[in-house]
Amino acid sequence: MINEAPANLWLMIIALAVSAYLLKMFGLVVLGSRQLPKVFDRCLGLIPAALLSALVLKDTFSVGQSLVFDARVAGFAVAVVAAWRRAPLIVVVVLAASATALLRAI
Amino acid sequence: MSETRRVVVSSLTLSGAVGIFALSFGVASVSAGASVWQTCALSLFVFTGASQFSAMSVVGAGGSMVAAYGGAVLLAARNLVYGLALSSSAKSVAGNLPRRLFAAHFVIDETTALALGESSPKLRKIAFWTTGIGLFSFWNLGTLIGALAGSAIDPQKFGLDIAFPAAFIVMLMPHLRSKLGRQAAMLGGALCLISISFLPVGVPILLAASAVLVGVRNDQ
Repeated sequence: MINEAPANLWLMIIALAVSAYLLKMFGLVVLGSRQLPKVFDRCLGLIPAALLSALVLKDTFSVGQSLVFDARVAGFAVAVVAAWRRAPLIVVVVLAASATALLRAI
Repeated sequence: MSETRRVVVSSLTLSGAVGIFALSFGVASVSAGASVWQTCALSLFVFTGASQFSAMSVVGAGGSMVAAYGGAVLLAARNLVYGLALSSSAKSVAGNLPRRLFAAHFVIDETTALALGESSPKLRKIAFWTTGIGLFSFWNLGTLIGALAGSAIDPQKFGLDIAFPAAFIVMLMPHLRSKLGRQAAMLGGALCLISISFLPVGVPILLAASAVLVGVRNDQ
């Protein structure tokens, strides 16, 4: 997965930094204590659930635009079990990486 | 133990734990093709973990910068809600306008949770700032160490391409506690898997965001 850094990566980082700051600042400084509609609030709260789950599946089962089933699946399974048992993040990552690396080495 | 001390200890403990998280971000980000500088810039200036992870995950998979940016901004949108939640005590937490503009950079999951966990304005202020500054320091230190370590080894050989999904799984777990969260996660995951083969890389992540609409019909 080692790629050359794309030339416009810096641009993306700057745009993201500005946007992230504006979002934080907008709520704290501009909008004040105005209430958002309940529905809006609830939908914003669900973004991490929807996106994180999509990111997990993309990073485990795809390379570019093709669906694949490779050594990462072992790491994925191990990570799910470890996270389910509330292992600390570093333990989850190390166990998952070891499972994937082991399968690749065999 | 005094109240102040209790707040400071829990803020710093959390900050240290998050530093470990940052290690894995540093490693994963350089494995996905960012330089050490770019990785550190993300932690210094974007400073909202899930968005940083998401952006580099899409870049690493060869997605466009627009797709990487889009997913990351969607994930950062919840900070707006945190800002709103904190704004009722913004004056006591951050004081005058310039201070509030500075404080805004530190409006993230952890600072919001710890600040709003306190009832007195004084303890809220202490919780917000010790968590904000402590976490910022550990997050950036962890990122730097991780990025340096990551560029010294072959990530594929050590199975480090699984670091992104492993971190995402850990971040996802608390959201699966509610029924709505589980529905959004299932629908989002399904939309992503179905569309991977025909949408440009990274765009399925944006499509997955439409799964939040499960929140519309549920009124409680």
